[in-house]
Amino acid sequence: MAAATQAAQGSSGARHSLGRYGWPIGYVVVILFLFFLYFSILPALVKPVQAPVLAWLPVATINECLMWAIMALGLNVVVGYAGLLDLGYVAFWALGGYTAGWLMAFPFNWEWDFHLLSPVKSTLPGTHINFWLVAIVAGVLCAILGLIIGAPTLRLRGDYLALVTLGFGEVITQFFRNSNDIGDANLANGDQGISPIDPIGTGPLGAAGIAPPLLTNSAAGNVWKILVLGLLVGICIFVSLRIREGRLGRAWLALREDELAASMMGVPLVRVKLLAYAVGAFFGGIGGVANASAITTAVSPSGFDFGKSVLVLLMVVLGGMGNVWGVTIGAFLLSWLNSNGLKQIGVQIDALAGTNLEATLPRYNYVILGLLLVLMMLFRREGLLPESRTRALMKMPSRTEAESLGADSLEAEAESEAVEHADAQGDARIAASAAAMAGSAPAAGPSSTARREDES
Amino acid sequence: MATASLVVGGTQRKARVRLGPLVERVLGYAVLALVLVWLVANVVADPDRFLGSLLVGLQNGLLYALVALGYTMVYGIVELINFAHGDLFMLTTIIAAGLMVGLLGVGQLSALTILPLLLALVVCMASGAFINMAAERLAYRKLRSAPKLAPLMTAVGLSFIFRGIAQQEYVNGSAQKNWPIVWGGPQVEGVFVYKLVMVLAVTLPLLLLMTWIVSRTKMGKAMRAVAQDQDGARLMGVNVNGTIAFVFGLGGALAGAAGVLYFLCQTQTYYDTGTQLGLIAFTSAVLGGIGNLSGAVIGGLSIGIVQAINEGGAYGLGSNWSQSVVFAILIILMVFKPEGIFGRPTTEKV
Repeated sequence: MAAATQAAQGSSGARHSLGRYGWPIGYVVVILFLFFLYFSILPALVKPVQAPVLAWLPVATINECLMWAIMALGLNVVVGYAGLLDLGYVAFWALGGYTAGWLMAFPFNWEWDFHLLSPVKSTLPGTHINFWLVAIVAGVLCAILGLIIGAPTLRLRGDYLALVTLGFGEVITQFFRNSNDIGDANLANGDQGISPIDPIGTGPLGAAGIAPPLLTNSAAGNVWKILVLGLLVGICIFVSLRIREGRLGRAWLALREDELAASMMGVPLVRVKLLAYAVGAFFGGIGGVANASAITTAVSPSGFDFGKSVLVLLMVVLGGMGNVWGVTIGAFLLSWLNSNGLKQIGVQIDALAGTNLEATLPRYNYVILGLLLVLMMLFRREGLLPESRTRALMKMPSRTEAESLGADSLEAEAESEAVEHADAQGDARIAASAAAMAGSAPAAGPSSTARREDES
Repeated sequence: MATASLVVGGTQRKARVRLGPLVERVLGYAVLALVLVWLVANVVADPDRFLGSLLVGLQNGLLYALVALGYTMVYGIVELINFAHGDLFMLTTIIAAGLMVGLLGVGQLSALTILPLLLALVVCMASGAFINMAAERLAYRKLRSAPKLAPLMTAVGLSFIFRGIAQQEYVNGSAQKNWPIVWGGPQVEGVFVYKLVMVLAVTLPLLLLMTWIVSRTKMGKAMRAVAQDQDGARLMGVNVNGTIAFVFGLGGALAGAAGVLYFLCQTQTYYDTGTQLGLIAFTSAVLGGIGNLSGAVIGGLSIGIVQAINEGGAYGLGSNWSQSVVFAILIILMVFKPEGIFGRPTTEKV
């Protein structure tokens, strides 16, 4: 068993050293390909080629997929690496979004104007700060929130942890829903939310006239967003991969496999768990800012429901917990299905069978996602692209269960067979020695018999 | 110990990451004292409103208790938080609404409504039990030997499916649906007396029945045995699969009964009811010590009352914050007394 694990680690280690140089190149190629596909290749192509690509994979959907990939990579740190089930991940998404709402939007009740490296016109009222700065601020705020959520849940495990994190998620949403009247102050405009939120600026590229100066939800803006969001996802993948190799990442994996054993080996549980929450929350905050600024351009509490937490979790589980590439693919697949895929599948079936699924299929997205989760758990628990460790762990039934299922009865059978076999041999030996000793003195009995047995 | 005989299972793990025990105890008592001070302040400031809230709390608390029993029994026997339980409850509220208002045309409530009520109780309890047992048979049973995350995720998936079904236009739609049920009769501080009477008249016999089943019948004995040690129970000739299915059925039936009562009290159905009420009910189960049946009832009542006073009392935060208040209770509980009021702390074996 140990040897097998070592071998698996060795081979994955070899792959990693190759991948260390390979994946960034591959990733950049993929993102650049997507960018140029929509920027220059597709508009040049004829309609019959262009139309289906745009129908199945619109630019806006690609951007959504990239944004969800940030979220899924963040949750992967908490659930996949550290094994802490978090059902309230939407809290970080919400706080990230609202940070964007506070720092890069028109005012709802503020009276000051503040501009910092913002691409929007300096005459606009309200606070307007550069997207990248806001992303960092939101990440830090969310990391602090992660520490706050993490602290009371340190003692809990498994199901209890899931429930308390779920509770935190609901509390945060309720906070934003009631935020127009907290101690007579309007903190975040309550149910109405904050809109519009500043788009991402392109800085020198925009000034040079290569890219639009503001990445709004226009066709040109959406194409350039692929590069910005792709860069963010790339950073998240890089951080995820590198942090996993390091001391902290290995501590997380140890924690996930066996908390007790990890603490006995000197892993500082408190610090490691809190860091898992903080790092995961940091990603979540960046995802929230990206969503608010580039996808929805508005935040309101109704968008941050429990369903979103489960959607992100489903991305992680579907892709394969702990495996960065699996999680990224899971995020792409599910967010595509959720935003555009179901509708397109409906359209295709309609064209073939003359039904009216285009409108109905997307309405069943909760049912389909739930069914997918249940089926995944029943038939492919380890995900589409599992981590080698997870695969072994998920396939292995616990010991008592194996016993009760009769796995040990086979063992016991073999044992009893061996005993019987041994007995038969022993009987033969005893008979032989008895025959040999037939003439000798009975006083020499036991010890000499034993010696003779050993010799034979 | 009267409560001890009702314990089905209950394996709240004791934590290893702790503050100093003394600090913890002092803080715990301080929190408790604060809650008491808050209650007394509410009584002093406005006794009438306090009484009204208390009655509302009693009424809601009994419903929470019914749902909490489903959580606590299933947890006690297979150590699974059945996330889908709240949504199962939500489905039964919709079944009850369709049956009573849609089919039987109940509107203005009167003494004659007892017959449709009984019919709805039977149908909803049966369908709740059926759905829960089907979920156990199709999904959870296959995952019993799997790592703990798998059944939990399955429950989340099932909860999604239930919510998705309820959201369809032909079921309930994604908006709140109000039903033309009109309550009459005397009121005490704005609380319909008959409402409270109905809840008590349905809940108390069910709770007594539950107590009898768990503590006196052979099935109850089997339940306790399976909760303690599945392999051991199997060796003793207990039908483990049958017992677990029975527990799921019992939980589902109680959720069904709660669904009928909830629908009649609130006169509305909403696909998200399950998540909200389910979480409250789970908090109740944890408050009483998960796996402990009488603990779940007491937990449900206390949460119901605290919530009602928060909403209707003199010094409450209002209904906008009730979810947050319940979760604050849950989190404080998790920090100071994770084994609940009646639970016994158990250490994890290596």
